[in-house]
Amino acid sequence: MKELVVVSGKGGTGKTTITASFTYLAKNKVIADCDVDASDMHLITAPDILNTIPFKGRKKAVVNEDKCISCGKCEPACHFDAISDINKINPIKCEGCGVCDLVCPVDAIDMVETIAGDLHISESRYGPMIHARLRIGEENSGQLVTLVRQYAKIMSADRKKELIIIDGPPGTACPTTSAVTGTNLAVVVTEPTLSGLHDLKRVTDVIKHFRVEPVVIVNKYDINKNMTDKIQEYCNEKNIPLLGKIPFDKVVVEAMVAGKSIPEYYNGELTIIIKEIWEKVYKLLTEVN
Amino acid sequence: MKIAVASGKGGTGKTIISTSLALSLATDKNVHYFDCDVEAPNGHIFLKPDIIKEEKLGIDVPKVNLDKCDYCGACADACEFSAILVARNKIMVFNELCHGCYACQMVCHVDAINMEMHSTAIYREGNAGNIHFVEGRLNLGEPMPTPIISKIKNLLPKEGLVIIDSPPGNSDSMVEAVIDTDFVLLVTEPTPFGLHDLKLAVDTVKLMNIPMGIVANRADLGTKDLWDYAKKENIPVLMEIPFLRKVAEGYSTGIPLVDVIPEYREQFKVLYKKIESLVSEKER
Repeated sequence: MKELVVVSGKGGTGKTTITASFTYLAKNKVIADCDVDASDMHLITAPDILNTIPFKGRKKAVVNEDKCISCGKCEPACHFDAISDINKINPIKCEGCGVCDLVCPVDAIDMVETIAGDLHISESRYGPMIHARLRIGEENSGQLVTLVRQYAKIMSADRKKELIIIDGPPGTACPTTSAVTGTNLAVVVTEPTLSGLHDLKRVTDVIKHFRVEPVVIVNKYDINKNMTDKIQEYCNEKNIPLLGKIPFDKVVVEAMVAGKSIPEYYNGELTIIIKEIWEKVYKLLTEVN
Repeated sequence: MKIAVASGKGGTGKTIISTSLALSLATDKNVHYFDCDVEAPNGHIFLKPDIIKEEKLGIDVPKVNLDKCDYCGACADACEFSAILVARNKIMVFNELCHGCYACQMVCHVDAINMEMHSTAIYREGNAGNIHFVEGRLNLGEPMPTPIISKIKNLLPKEGLVIIDSPPGNSDSMVEAVIDTDFVLLVTEPTPFGLHDLKLAVDTVKLMNIPMGIVANRADLGTKDLWDYAKKENIPVLMEIPFLRKVAEGYSTGIPLVDVIPEYREQFKVLYKKIESLVSEKER
């Protein structure tokens, strides 16, 4: 069983559009949507949720008003500015460290378990799918990402699938490293802009740091062919394969509105290009360990 | 006035809008631009600031004095983040898991723990014309953006107009960037992905009880569902920008929208006027 992850560094470069196309083209796979903060894959695959599992988050501090003597010790002890007006705790700011509980002389603070997200086990016309949603304002620590991947592995073993395709989160911090670590190949989707190149450099460094092989796709490459050349130069210099270039095409939005991936929606040039790229990705996947 | 520019979905044009707003208002206002998208800070590409100050930012992590430590394990028990491990006569601290809460230091009965800064990011400050520019830049491989955003937010000036470029999404890092501001400008595109993620962002901002408005970028792509949703939720669509190839090309080389099409400066001034009146409405 192999794992393929699609990431981007910069948001909005077309990660989910490309991942959805790959999942349509791939046979015998499980889909794992690891963009748990703003997951969109389900808008294309329209999954039937078979089971939902709560994801436990950090504990949060709650003041027991009956016991509290308003001594004011907890407020300055909190390093996250979560306590104001002597004993009012803002749950959005509380990180659950328990320092307030430690300093409270009358044991008036309870550390309460919370649910930080929901993980879904689903079936879709594209195949089995694991996806999740972090609840609002919760810490995106990467733990939910890891959990999605674990369930995807279980699902993959159970259904005898040979591949897990992971839609990764944007950025470079913990959710990204959790999505990338231990995968067989990381596809980075970028765009020919200074921001795209800047964030491509950051994310490929992170991917290499975690000893995963990055490959690059330039989306909307014809918006600025000069910048596309610069990305090519960067990839050559760093010995990162640039697997393909996808032109800007309004059909991408049309397909999204129709709730379909590009190869499912449309039998034109864009689909041919994406198929070619997918074949290269698949070949690389079969070659790597 | 503090305005946060946010979006559920990434790549909808947050940085285009925040830099263009800053440039349009800097002619007659004291503008501070804070780039809080610390995982992918891109404001500098458009504002091209002269950096005059660079400092390390980080989290206070425990440093154990082994001459004093008696390996009692109280610190490890107190740590909610599993950042300390004590085993017989060994103690290990995992800096990247530490949140800097000081619980370990508080429970240490032999005073063996000092807190020292573990650098996880770079703070850069400078001037872009008459715009005061600040950015946080998370070191690669560092897992936690939120404490850095919090540190940068502590430096916000009391006076003048502050524009905060927020990270995408709706999790703790976005909340940290947006919280305690006067107004949130949500940048979206009217595609199904854009609308889906906008809804999550709207729910997040509601929780913080901050007035908000929408900028519809690439407003002619996708569907009209965005406007129906905005109307239903009673959130004003304050500005619409069509998809223009020359804007996308300008963006690709770091040219701000208002330099590609200077007429937009007036529109951003109008946008600010609308924001001002929405904020004062809320205060009343």
